[in-house]
Amino acid sequence: MSVLVYTESEQGAFKKVAFEVASYAKAVANQLDTTVTAITINASDSSELKAYGVDKVLNATNAQLDGFNAKAYASAIQQAAQQENATVVILSSSANSKYLSPLVAVGLNAGFASNVVEVPSSTAPFTVKRTTFTNKAFSNTEITSDVKVIGLSKNAFGLVENSASAINESFSPSFGDNDFNINVQSVDKATDKVTIADAEIVVSGGRGLKGPENWGMVEELAEVLGAATACSKPVSDLGWRPHSEHVGQTGKPVASNLYIAIGISGAIQHLAGINSSKVKVVVNSDPEAPFFKAADYGVVGDAFEVVPKLIEKLKEFKAQNA
Amino acid sequence: MKILVCISHVPDTTSKINFTEGDTKFDTNGVQFVINPNDEFGLTRAMWFKEKQGASVDVVNVGGPETEPTLRKALAIGADSAIRVNAIATDGIFVAKQLASVIENGGYDLVIAGRESIDYNGGMVPGMIAGLTGANFVNTCINLEVDGTNATATREIDGGKETVTTSLPLIIGGQKGLVEESDLRIPNMRGIMMARKKPLTVVEPTSGEAQTKDVTFQKPAEKGSVKLVDADNIDELVSLLHNEAKVI
Ligand SMILES: Cc1cc2nc3c(=O)[nH]c(=O)nc-3n(C[C@H](O)[C@H](O)[C@H](O)COP(=O)(O)OP(=O)(O)OC[C@H]3O[C@@H](n4cnc5c(N)ncnc54)[C@H](O)[C@@H]3O)c2cc1C
Repeated sequence: MSVLVYTESEQGAFKKVAFEVASYAKAVANQLDTTVTAITINASDSSELKAYGVDKVLNATNAQLDGFNAKAYASAIQQAAQQENATVVILSSSANSKYLSPLVAVGLNAGFASNVVEVPSSTAPFTVKRTTFTNKAFSNTEITSDVKVIGLSKNAFGLVENSASAINESFSPSFGDNDFNINVQSVDKATDKVTIADAEIVVSGGRGLKGPENWGMVEELAEVLGAATACSKPVSDLGWRPHSEHVGQTGKPVASNLYIAIGISGAIQHLAGINSSKVKVVVNSDPEAPFFKAADYGVVGDAFEVVPKLIEKLKEFKAQNA
Repeated sequence: MKILVCISHVPDTTSKINFTEGDTKFDTNGVQFVINPNDEFGLTRAMWFKEKQGASVDVVNVGGPETEPTLRKALAIGADSAIRVNAIATDGIFVAKQLASVIENGGYDLVIAGRESIDYNGGMVPGMIAGLTGANFVNTCINLEVDGTNATATREIDGGKETVTTSLPLIIGGQKGLVEESDLRIPNMRGIMMARKKPLTVVEPTSGEAQTKDVTFQKPAEKGSVKLVDADNIDELVSLLHNEAKVI
């Protein structure tokens, strides 16, 4: 018996979510009184996993796996789980891990719970809390199969250090021709900017900003905070901002530590996408805007006056705390 | 090309979410049900294939008789026939097994499912049917072209997008982007009349056990009220974010 965790890397370097899922895996392993094995795929230096409670690392290095390929990656994780006799397999909620998880679950004949936000409330029966109804509720879900697959929500557990031995072993899963039926032609990625998925802080603008020409201050605020920029649905529908920034029920979910909403009314579909952000700040000229009910901090005021002031004050704050 | 679109029957996005029977059941009282938004994009893309390249389009739902109006709506939008697997959709794998059986019996070239449904948000059914049938699979698909048996798909990745090529039979987990929102269709009177005559077949479920069970539900804790900061005192906001919220 063991807990297996897939620790995702990109160009050899672990993503932050890898440390979060490892931290979570350690907590689950403690509950089950067992050890944590991590599988890495083409990661250059696995020693970093030691700090997060990983007892053993299976390093799969294989040129065929240089580009992400869901079927082959899922097969590698499945083979690792079988080799380690894993009863619980844990993945993150990155786009790639969400692609993999159901394939891994079917491969292992394992029940799968996604969007999990806490360690199991009980391990017999094995019960986890996860978000449902697009963050409008939680469900306490029992996984009844022998092997369990968990998809951990981003930022739900955080990083917890636990030093461990992290013995390294190389791991050579085998593949069939069908595992490589999806061929990547091109990748179009904004590498210079923080993405909504990875951001600790997200600065988001709505229709209250009046037009795309006014996004300079949103971007400047984001830059001061090291934040990603986002927007409400009408803003992307109007073409003021790219679709990839659209946040909400029909757009992207945001699970950042801080979400700043400027000139966004706070419609239920928008809130559904940001409910799992920890701290919400709202700037809106209308004191009746529904967003104030969902916010932790609010400023009733004109964005065109408040945001420049906020940028200035944050710059002062940064200079003092540098 | 033979296309199957998986249709999830979900509460309308503005629905208030409540639970009954000791927080063990979703309270459908007063809730309006709709085609899952991610599936609606897929259905419209299927219509595009039908009209531009020629294809037959079936829709399928795993659910009780109460989901039939949602399937009829898909027929009114233009699907040729509907299948309802007569079973309560207990969990992702159970649904996926029913769908896999429909897919295998129907010999579909392309299966379009939504990336996730907006009720239980499992995000697992498309991947699971791919796992069960062995078909090629592209998740979070935002564009799809098919030429003969070759497919080119674009999928959303963290921080960008990726274009891939593959071949049919193919399963996609689709979302907004497959078509523009302005291209989504509202059934017109003619469509609604025609839908009444189109076949809606009810099939009994094949075996397949659930592996998960939602035991209880809970709503997020009530939020404390918002702390308002005066627009002339933005210093205070910065200090609150640093000292109290500890997020900067
Ligand atoms: C099926 C469906 C799915 C949807 N999915 C989503 C989704 O995923 N994401 C999403 O965001 N929406 C979604 N919506 C749309 C949603 O209902 C709202 O229409 C949308 O969120 C409103 O965007 P907004 O707040 O930017 O614009 P508005 O509603 O126009 O609000 C603008 C706000 O800006 C404020 N304002 C104006 N001027 C200023 C100023 N100078 N300074 C400060 N504040 C100012 C106003 O007081 C107002 O509150 C969906 C709708 C449907 C029907």
